[in-house]
Order: sequence, then C-alpha cells, then structure tokens
Amino acid sequence: MENPLSSRFGEHLRVCPKLSSDGRQRRRNHGGDDDDPFAPTSTASFNLKPLVTRSSSAFVTRSSAAASPQERKTFHGLCYVVGDNIDTDQIIPAEFLTVVPSNSDEYSKLGSHALTGLPASYKNRFVELGETKTRYSIVIGGENFGCGSSREHAPVCLGAAGAKSVVAQSFARIFFRNAVATGEVYPLDAEVRVCKECRTGDVATVELREEESVLINHTTGKEYRLNAIGDAGPVIDAGGIFAYARKAGMIPSAAA
Amino acid sequence: MASSVISSSPFVCKSSQPKDLGFPKSSQISVHRCQKRSISRKIVSVMAPQRSSSTTGSVKTGMTMTEKILAKAAEKSQVVPGDNIWVNVDVLMTHDVCGPGAFGIFKREFGEKAKVWDPEKIVVIPDHYIFTTDKRANRNVDIMREHCREQNIKYFYDITDLGDFRANPDYKGVCHVALAQEGHCRPGEVLLGTDSHTCTAGAFGQFATGIGNTDAGFVLGTGKILLKVPPTMRFILDGEMPSYLQAKDLILQIIGEISVAGATYKTMEFSGTTIESLTMEERMTLCNMVVEAGGKNGVIPPDATTFNYVENRTSVPFEPVYSDGNASFVADYRFDVSKLEPVVAKPHSPDNRALARECKDVKIDRVYIGSCTGGKTEDFMAAAKLFHAAGKQVKVPTFLVPATQKVWMDVYALPVPGAGGKTYAQIFEEAGCDTPTSSSCGACLGGPADTYARLNEPQVCVSTTNRNFPGRMGHKEGQIYLASPYTAAASALTGHVTDPREFLQ
Repeated sequence: MENPLSSRFGEHLRVCPKLSSDGRQRRRNHGGDDDDPFAPTSTASFNLKPLVTRSSSAFVTRSSAAASPQERKTFHGLCYVVGDNIDTDQIIPAEFLTVVPSNSDEYSKLGSHALTGLPASYKNRFVELGETKTRYSIVIGGENFGCGSSREHAPVCLGAAGAKSVVAQSFARIFFRNAVATGEVYPLDAEVRVCKECRTGDVATVELREEESVLINHTTGKEYRLNAIGDAGPVIDAGGIFAYARKAGMIPSAAA
Repeated sequence: MASSVISSSPFVCKSSQPKDLGFPKSSQISVHRCQKRSISRKIVSVMAPQRSSSTTGSVKTGMTMTEKILAKAAEKSQVVPGDNIWVNVDVLMTHDVCGPGAFGIFKREFGEKAKVWDPEKIVVIPDHYIFTTDKRANRNVDIMREHCREQNIKYFYDITDLGDFRANPDYKGVCHVALAQEGHCRPGEVLLGTDSHTCTAGAFGQFATGIGNTDAGFVLGTGKILLKVPPTMRFILDGEMPSYLQAKDLILQIIGEISVAGATYKTMEFSGTTIESLTMEERMTLCNMVVEAGGKNGVIPPDATTFNYVENRTSVPFEPVYSDGNASFVADYRFDVSKLEPVVAKPHSPDNRALARECKDVKIDRVYIGSCTGGKTEDFMAAAKLFHAAGKQVKVPTFLVPATQKVWMDVYALPVPGAGGKTYAQIFEEAGCDTPTSSSCGACLGGPADTYARLNEPQVCVSTTNRNFPGRMGHKEGQIYLASPYTAAASALTGHVTDPREFLQ
C-alpha cells in the first residue's frame, strides 16, 4: 500500500517529533509481556516510515519510572472505527468471561476475542481469526463507548489485543474508570464525532500533552483536539490506582 | 407514542446546563440530550451556587443523599459533586466471573500472603456461570472457594453439587437479589460490587455501584476506594400506580426519556408518592437499571418499608440519610405515573422505548422471565397472576429462571392471590411454561454455550432482563424486547409483544 505518511512528512514534523506508541507507564495485568511487539517502529503488518528518525536518548524509559506530566505520550498506528453505544458485550462477549485476566496465559487469549461481539455489519474484524493481536492501535468510538457491564475484561481485552488507546466522543463511566485503573488502554474524549471523521484503516497519531492533546488523522490530514484527561490524570500519571495510592501514602510502598 | 405523551404531558422536564463545575465533558452531552428530547414547558431550574468544600467550618450547603453518604464514608463533614475522595467501604461483593481476577490482583499488589482488610465485609456469591459443563467456569467457583477458605471469608454462598442446586445449603444465586435477601443491604452504607447491577442496592438508601477487578483488588486490601462525588438527578414519581404497571415500566420510561447516557457519572434519586408505594423488590427493579442510563448509582430515600425489610434480615445497626431541603440537583424530572402505559425497550438498546400496545404486530419466538431485574419473587407472582387471570396456555417457549434459591422455593410454595390456593408453580405448569430452572444469572447475558435458555438462534425474545444490545443473550442477531413480567407473560400468551391490559382488565 502507498505510504500514507510520505506526503505528510513535512506538515507533521512539528507535532510528531518522536514516534512512540507506549504511552503507558507499565502494563499491569499480565505477566512478562513488556516487550511490546507492536511498537510502531517495528510494526510488521504495515510499512510506515517514522515521521522523524531521532535517537530516543532524551526519552525516559517507561518500565519503572512514573511519567511526569510534562512528558509527551504518543500512540501511532491504524484506526479501527466503531459507532455509538458499543457496549461491553460487543467488546467482549459474555461467554468469554470465564477467562481470568490476571492469569498471564489467559490474558493473551482474551485479546483474541476483542470486539468479536460486533454485528456482521462490521466488515473488518478487529482481530483476525486465529490471531491474538490486532493490527489496529487506536479504537475510534462514538458516544457512550463501553456502556453496559462493569467487567474489566472489556478494556483488558483491547489492551491484550494490542490496542493502545480508545478515542471516543464520550465514554460510559465504568469502562473509563477501568481503563484508567488497569492502564490497559488510554481513554480519551474527543469533542467531535471522530467516528464519522475517520475510517477503519486510517493512519493516526494520538499525542497527549499537558495543555492540549490531539488526534491526527494522517490519511485525511485532519487534526482533532482531545479533552484533557481530567481527574483521571494523576492516577494515570502515577501508573494506575495502586501506584497512585502508594504515592499518596494510602498503602505501603512495596508488596511483600 | 409521541402524541400521547405530548397531549397528556405526564412529565415536565426541568433541566439546567451545568456551568463549569468540573464535570467530565460527557455529562454535558447527556444534559444536552435531555433538552433535545423534552417537550413543552421546559423550565430551567435554579441551581444553588456551588461552594467548594472547606475543612474550616464555613457555612454548610445542603447535600443530597448520595453526597451525605459519601461524606460520612470519607469522614468529611461536607462534600460537593466533583470532589475526589477516599471512601470507606462497608461491603464488597464479588462473584464467580470477576472474583478470581479481583483476588488475583489483590495478591499481586499486596503479596501472596496478604490478608483482606475485613473478612466479614466481603460477600462472595457465585451466580453467573454455574450450571454449565464449561471447565473454566467450574474452575472459577473452585478458585473462589480456595480464596475464601484461605482468607476466612465469612459470607461465601458456595455450590459444589451442580447437578442439584437445592442440595447446596449455602448456595443462593443471583448476587444482587441474594445481597438483599441475606441482609447485606442497609441504608446509609457504601456497597461496591464487581458487577454493574450493584446499583440495585441503592433501593435501600445506600450508595451502591459497580467496579472492575482492579478497583476491587484495591478494596480487598484496603477497604477504601477513590471516588468522585457524583451530582444528582432527581426523578419525582407521583400518582397512583395503575394495576397493570410495574417498576420495570417506570425505569424503561425514564431511560427512554434520558437515553442510555442520560445519567452518565450521575446519581439518579427517585422519590415521590409512587416510589413510597412500591415494595422493596419493585424499588430494586427500579434502581437495577440505573446503570442502563449510564448512572453511577441510584438511591431511594429509606422509609418504613425499607426498615421493615432490613430489620427482618439483619441486626447490624444502620443510619439512614436523606437529601437536605436545600440540596442541589442538576436535573429535575417529574412523572405523573397514573398516565403511563406499559412499555418495552426494542432491540437493540435499553432506551429504544415503545408502547407495548404499539408493538402488537411483532411476532416473538420465546419469553424469558428471570435475572436480578425481573426474576424475584414478586416478578414471578406478577406473571403467575396474569396467567391465572387469562386462563390460557402460552404460545411460545416460556423460560422461568428464579433468581435465588429462596425465589425458587417461593415459586413452589406461595399461592397466587385469588387463585384458590394454587401456587405460582402450578399456574405456570397449567399455562404450559417450562419448569422453573436452577437459580443463577442464566441466559440474561448469554453465557457458555450450554446455558439454559440461551439465545442460540436469531430469534425474537421478550425478556424481563436488563440489556438488549446485539448478542446480549447469545446470538448476535437475536432480537430482545425488554419488558415487565406482566408484559412478558401477556406476550407469551399471544406469541406477539402484548400489552398486559389484554388480560388484566
């Protein structure tokens, strides 16, 4: 496929000096999967030149340090677009809830079921049959994304499949909270109907900043402002609810 | 539908656009939607100015019930919506699907040898995937048994004999109904559960909401949770409840009004003369579907009905709270219940409201009566009453899934009023319904492939359950009409979606 970035290279130099998809401090709910096979510089399923090749020495490794709010977090990859009111049964059909997400072998299995509840009108599967990982990094949603159950399997299966972020017009609260608590996918509110503006397969970048976060659709060339993460910010920045509580002195620092 | 509502105006929608009070953006979208859908006589309510809470004893603003409950649980004298506070938890509930994950996280974060914060405040209720040969599902119950044994959890409603649920003396069934029946719901308390319908317990005048495994793992270790105080939407329901109407109709009416995101991040507070006339089980049905409107929690002011129910089931002392007269609400809705009609939620959304009588041409394939929403004793009584009044046989397979062991026993023991001593079970049998099955969540959420009454074909089902998104009961092309037990029973008799007045008047 034609490299969708080549024509945008110059325009987006400003916004995307570094290509890094791992905006999360650490992955919490699975064992030993810290080598992210889906870091965009090594994404096998599509050939994209990074916008700028630059040594990453200035970038703090995320494995243990909590990110400071000033650091940029960037997610880059293909979009998968869904509509309004995508409920938890569509994200992870109930028959797969017997899988225990905190169990590391079962965690990756969960990824293979992500978004398999979507009706047949969705021509592209989020995860191909037989796979456990998705080729899409960014889920683009409409209103009330993640409504329905409190099952944590919903954000977890998206993260297990390899999605980095969900950018939706609005979120249901339990899903949003679970996404923040687990750190599995970064939930972001858009201000417009991004699900109508983007198409599955568009190449996009999500950039998180202190002041203003953006979704950049490289395929269409359009940018969208994203709402600040709000009160969830400190929890995400700390690295999830446990890290936040440790920082706040609510629980002791090291587990036995 | 629209015309009858406009002419009789059973409600007035008063809403205000919240100014920048720090609510997440999505709440502004939902208020906007309210304004779009309301008809005639829109009155913008006057909101009391929001003052930030202070620890140095400034003038106190009135608080809503939810604000008071959370303030007390956070050991603060005052909170306002938007405050992020650490709250003490009175009861944490989990079940077979989320329990293993929650405990897994607890151990990972607090250590393999860690102990839960209070083994008497955790209630473990296997209920989701019980009567199945799915090995992982069975294993999850075993995992919970291990955790409960190790942690000395006082309340574990275990099941070991899957062949005969009645052979298990501790087993209850559906968690939200069991919590109430076993006396774990008390006014003024904070109850969290790893299930979205935990909001059901708000019927008891407490703060109850659903959380995920990670939050639950945190609570297991600390007995606390970080919560943002929600603003409250008030729903005042007045008027005499028509004999053919049930709480399910009321909540479907409301969700149809405000949409599936109409109460996102907010409390739904229900009051008014109609609410006061409802039984506890009907109040539970009302609060149960708060989550279907996106609500954080639902509350009903506790009264004699509440105290009577609670005091018969627990001796733990409790302290009821009530909204202050000068509390601030972000929206006010009023309903004249005497003017409402039975409604359904058509596929595929709980807010896809329609009058039952306007769906009479919809041919159906089956009826399902069960779940935390519509599988309680009074739900079965209602269905039995209608079957008895009709004196006919069902035209489609009618599945009965009593929510708990106790409900199952009531179905077989209790007589239907006016039926000459016949029990619900006898009437169901005479009407040709399926035999009431083992208590659990059953097919409400589909479940493993061998779940009783699961929708495995693209059929049309009228159900007393709570959600009808695509694939909810199994098959992605299944069409689920959410309805009250009366409407479900009436529909079973005709083989079409049917207004219960066909048989009840």
